[in-house]
Amino acid sequence: MIRRAVEDISTGSDSDYSSTWISWFLSSKGNEYFCEVDEDFILDRFNLTGLNNEVANYAQALDLITDQLDDEVQDELRGSLDVQARLLYGLIHARWIVTARGLAKMVEKYKRGDFGRCPRVLCQSQSLLPVGLIDVPYEKSVKLYCGRCEDLYSPKSSRHGSIDGAYFGTTFPHLLYLVYPTLIPPKTGPPADGPAGAAAAEGKTRRRGREELPDVTGTEGVGEGISTASVALKAERYRPRIYGFQLNETAKLQRWQEAMRDKQVARLEELEERGS
Amino acid sequence: MSRQGQADVEEDIISGGDEVMEEPEEQEDGYTSSTPTSTLTWISWFCSLPGHEYFCEVTEDFIEDDFNLTGLNSMVPFWKEAMEMVLDVEPDEDAAKIPDVSIVESSAEMLYGLVHQRYILGRAGQQAMVDKYESGIFGSCPRVYCVGCNVVPCGRSDLPGIDTVKLFCPNCNDIYVPPSSRFQGVDGAFFGTTFAHLFFQNYRESAPAPFWKAPASGGSSLSPRSSASSSRSSPFVNPNPYGGQKRAAGYVYVPRIYGFKVSERAKCGPRMQWLRLRPETPAQLDMVDWRGRWIDEDEYEDDEDEQDRRMEDFDPDAADEDDDEEEEDEDEEDGAPPGQQQQHGQRHADSIPTVRSVAHSVRTLPTAPRPDGAVAVISLPGTGGGKVKMVRQWNTRPPALTGAA
Repeated sequence: MIRRAVEDISTGSDSDYSSTWISWFLSSKGNEYFCEVDEDFILDRFNLTGLNNEVANYAQALDLITDQLDDEVQDELRGSLDVQARLLYGLIHARWIVTARGLAKMVEKYKRGDFGRCPRVLCQSQSLLPVGLIDVPYEKSVKLYCGRCEDLYSPKSSRHGSIDGAYFGTTFPHLLYLVYPTLIPPKTGPPADGPAGAAAAEGKTRRRGREELPDVTGTEGVGEGISTASVALKAERYRPRIYGFQLNETAKLQRWQEAMRDKQVARLEELEERGS
Repeated sequence: MSRQGQADVEEDIISGGDEVMEEPEEQEDGYTSSTPTSTLTWISWFCSLPGHEYFCEVTEDFIEDDFNLTGLNSMVPFWKEAMEMVLDVEPDEDAAKIPDVSIVESSAEMLYGLVHQRYILGRAGQQAMVDKYESGIFGSCPRVYCVGCNVVPCGRSDLPGIDTVKLFCPNCNDIYVPPSSRFQGVDGAFFGTTFAHLFFQNYRESAPAPFWKAPASGGSSLSPRSSASSSRSSPFVNPNPYGGQKRAAGYVYVPRIYGFKVSERAKCGPRMQWLRLRPETPAQLDMVDWRGRWIDEDEYEDDEDEQDRRMEDFDPDAADEDDDEEEEDEDEEDGAPPGQQQQHGQRHADSIPTVRSVAHSVRTLPTAPRPDGAVAVISLPGTGGGKVKMVRQWNTRPPALTGAA
């Protein structure tokens, strides 16, 4: 308990003196991507199935997370226990954020832009979502998924770059867009999420996006009943030019890519016609 | 806004810099050699400022040659004073007329930036920039599957005051916002729209080729890093001598839910993989004509008849940016019945079925592979019910996952 209080001061979390391990963990620097896992989710042992094989000192680590650890636990154990508790919390977190309540919490963070914004210029500061490349811990660090360009980026800060990707899992961002189809970002125009995004997108690019696409589905992203078969056609892309002229090889590649895109659009439109 | 802040910082430093410029006159002997800053020219001082890491030092000969400055004097206010500042020339007596040194300072910055835009297109400038490129000063691409490919600075406009500097990645041919906010005060015009691409024309061994084939080895392809290092197998050659000569990093991200690929039939299914996709062989690039349409065996002859017309209305943008025009052209040439007009895309789809299947199987990286490699359409009937369903499914999964570990 004393150790925790000391760390509180050093990490600079000022407002609420974290009463629980989880709130301490969430307020420490570098853990901004995590959301709070409900206590009853952790206490339901069914949700923890299999984790005892992943985490050493599983029982004590669980006690530490849930603030039920005896003070009698020896000091040398505490140091390693902290690492195990983080691992355990991370693995529980990966399961929690794909539940209905966990998704809802992550949506709030997504809307606030807690996970950062897409570095791709033409994505106009689209809010990102954390994702793992593999569900097994100690393999790959966390990456960020952009719903607009549908690609993965490394976190800017090394603090976030060292978080294990397994604490978020490979499924999370895609399940989020599956469950909340209204959050699927439009392929052009300013991002739909909050004032921060609008402020960040305040540039020349925004005006251009508007002109090209006056009929974009409001600022609410892709609507529930609206077809997404041909959204790719609206996506902007960068064209390398030398003195205004495109480069032969790059232009050829881009034409090939766009032909592949048109093919997919045709395929999807055909499917849609058949379906309706 | 951040620009303002930077100007303030510069102003502070400038007041120090002025002293440096004056002092050598008075106390040239002894004193100057002891202080390292006194030997600093304005140019090297400017390039060493925080946020100016992307700039290279333009030689004074280049700036002194009036031919290189053609047209710039109409864009830069206080031209003469700015030139004097950049070249460290002692100002005339009437320079005192200028009320605020910070005005000249911003003119000098613009002058240097615009000269820099021209300088880095020349041989010496390209050489200076390749040294910076190879030492990684411009940073690397934030995109995961570009595997740390080095980037170069790039502007979105050649005119100052439009947009800040961006970074161009030759592997994904895309532009990114610099990771640090200190570059948000640097004008993109100081690097220009041409430099990045001329650079990779000059240094083709640094430019990734437009085609890519997944390495044959099955298991090791899981890690992008290991596949990049497997280049030892054979030296990479691009048959196009004017194209990129580096092996590309070609994996494309495939979204998965519980190990199953998200089907493109789903509303949230993948729509943008084309943006990063590369054909397996250079020959496949030629399967698309200049308008961005697939070349069929049947259509091929028609295309040859068109040769001269093709030369006449060649426009690099027409092919990829103007869909309407494309449709019209199609009507003209095959005289298709009106019903077929909307289906023009579909015909392309039928023409080369082989490429299509490849694109979705081999070329994309299995991020969390399932042993069976199954693909399923996951579609939820309703939001509420779906959530419950997914939760249940999750709870049955963990034993399998831990088993794989």
